[in-house]
Amino acid sequence: MDSQISEGVSEVSHTADQALHIKATSLEQLFVKAAEGMYSLAGVKTDQSILSARQLIVSGIDPESLLVAFLSELLYLLEEEKIAFHYFNLGISADSITCSITGSPVSQLRKSIKAVTFHNLKIQTTAEGYETTLVFDV
Amino acid sequence: MFTFKDLTEIRPNEWVISPSYRSDMRLPVHIFASRKMLEQVLVDRSLEQAVNASTLPGLVGNVIVMPDVHQGYGFPIGGVAASQYPTGMISPGAIGYDINCGVRLLASTIKAELVSAYLGDLAAAMNHFCPSGVGSEGLVRISNSDLEQVLHLGSRWALKKGYASEADLLRTEESGCVEGALPDKVSGHAKKRGLTQLGSLGSGNHFIEIDTVDEIFNPEAAAVMGLQCGCLVIQIHCGSRGLGHQICTDYVQQLQGAPQRYHYSLPDRELVCAPMDSTEGQAYLGAMRAAANFAFANRQMLAWAARRAFEEVFAGKVKNWQLHQVYDLAHNIGKIETHIIEGKELKVCVHRKGATRAFGPNTPGVPPEYAMIGQPVIIPGSMGTASWVLTGTNVSMQRSFGSCCHGAGRLMSRAQAKRSVRGEVLIRDLEKQGIHVKAGSLPGLAEETPAAYKDVDEVIKVVVDTGLANKTARLKPLVVIKG
Repeated sequence: MDSQISEGVSEVSHTADQALHIKATSLEQLFVKAAEGMYSLAGVKTDQSILSARQLIVSGIDPESLLVAFLSELLYLLEEEKIAFHYFNLGISADSITCSITGSPVSQLRKSIKAVTFHNLKIQTTAEGYETTLVFDV
Repeated sequence: MFTFKDLTEIRPNEWVISPSYRSDMRLPVHIFASRKMLEQVLVDRSLEQAVNASTLPGLVGNVIVMPDVHQGYGFPIGGVAASQYPTGMISPGAIGYDINCGVRLLASTIKAELVSAYLGDLAAAMNHFCPSGVGSEGLVRISNSDLEQVLHLGSRWALKKGYASEADLLRTEESGCVEGALPDKVSGHAKKRGLTQLGSLGSGNHFIEIDTVDEIFNPEAAAVMGLQCGCLVIQIHCGSRGLGHQICTDYVQQLQGAPQRYHYSLPDRELVCAPMDSTEGQAYLGAMRAAANFAFANRQMLAWAARRAFEEVFAGKVKNWQLHQVYDLAHNIGKIETHIIEGKELKVCVHRKGATRAFGPNTPGVPPEYAMIGQPVIIPGSMGTASWVLTGTNVSMQRSFGSCCHGAGRLMSRAQAKRSVRGEVLIRDLEKQGIHVKAGSLPGLAEETPAAYKDVDEVIKVVVDTGLANKTARLKPLVVIKG
């Protein structure tokens, strides 16, 4: 049974791990919605009275590997620096993403997500834009 | 989706999917399960994932599926596959993110019935001394040079620092140190995560459980292991924490271009792989071994903390409160081993993802004191249900690359589990059964409700009936610590 997390983001049933189905009108929006969905799965709450800005550059060989690399970097920052981001300005090229992101310290983290997987990952173009299903190891 | 029509039962509780099922399969898939368990397996995508695994280049023998199998990502949880060394492939996704997730069993001679009044204190002490929970930091904050040594030496580092005994190491798979680790192939991100997490349990399905030995089935094997009926034992279930997760993440990402470089195609990108003798294959092997060593040291540190908890509660009250190690084993790992495959002795890399090594008697690699009985195999059940101590057999050497199941195996999604029970209700129900629970997160606890898992006793019946393992003892839970 799927359950909606936010507009365009729903959780898809998986026996052991967790999966998100994401729909967006642009590739940039798909990446941002995936990040927001991942934070939601982890039960993240932040103290937005404190802001922290970063520049990130990640590389990959195609949009799918860029998506996994982008989310994996956010997961690293979540676990290691206890920061979650809510403002994203992404520049996506064929083999890299350059982004300016702004976030805040995490005040609550309910679940540890071990990794973003490539399991059956395919970003598909639709009449409305883009969609994909992402499986997270939890 | 698979149906029984796609499977042939070649022996009782052993089923085969023939390579003719799909044109890209390179080998058969053998599934160890009862008909009833298979009905549960057919509901999710476990078997499709096993068939996908059988397309990996360079595999030999069969892909093996254990009765506790469930859908994972890429490779199913409860899967085993072997690739010929050194030209065959190694696949990080076929080992998993929690490299060397495993179980340690410590035993005592303390009679549970004599110390029942102290179990609440013991739960509190264990919770105090063993860091657990989402984002938990480890018992010690180590330096960069200590981390390099942990990655090289595993539990031997813990021995040097006074957190282990020689006896602990002797009763650990690979003596707690996999040779050939290459810390310089571990990324800065992974090392940074490892610096703060050594000696921590983490969360999810990881736990520390205090049990009593409920029944002994093989008195000779139990005596060698030091297991006595009615006495307290401890299981520690955890792995390589963020360091291992990051290593797998890094290498699955780095190998995305490998299919093009090595001229193969895969049905699932999570299974990307590289020849073991390639630069990339060697780098992953070295990094994976470093993570395995981190995990051995991690469980060793938690064992040290568990002993402190026992001392705090029992010293001065109980005559002999010491805990001795029965065994420590990995159930997510790639190991270079020698097996007889189609009549030939071959050196292979056995990928075990949610599967336990179960070497039979007199097999190289089994500690000398266990040579006669076979390697101890520790199978934790779901929370509140029995766990089992088994021994490996010569049948497992012949039919499953010396491997066995690793637990009960999930049936229900986490969301479904949370809808089925609330954490507070679960704690109350377990306490009615005399089980003390300490949990970092109530929703997290609900996700691990026993109803979300298969019946571990049925899983054990299959591995015993098929000859993959023999029963030594059944354990009954008394205290559960969840992150």
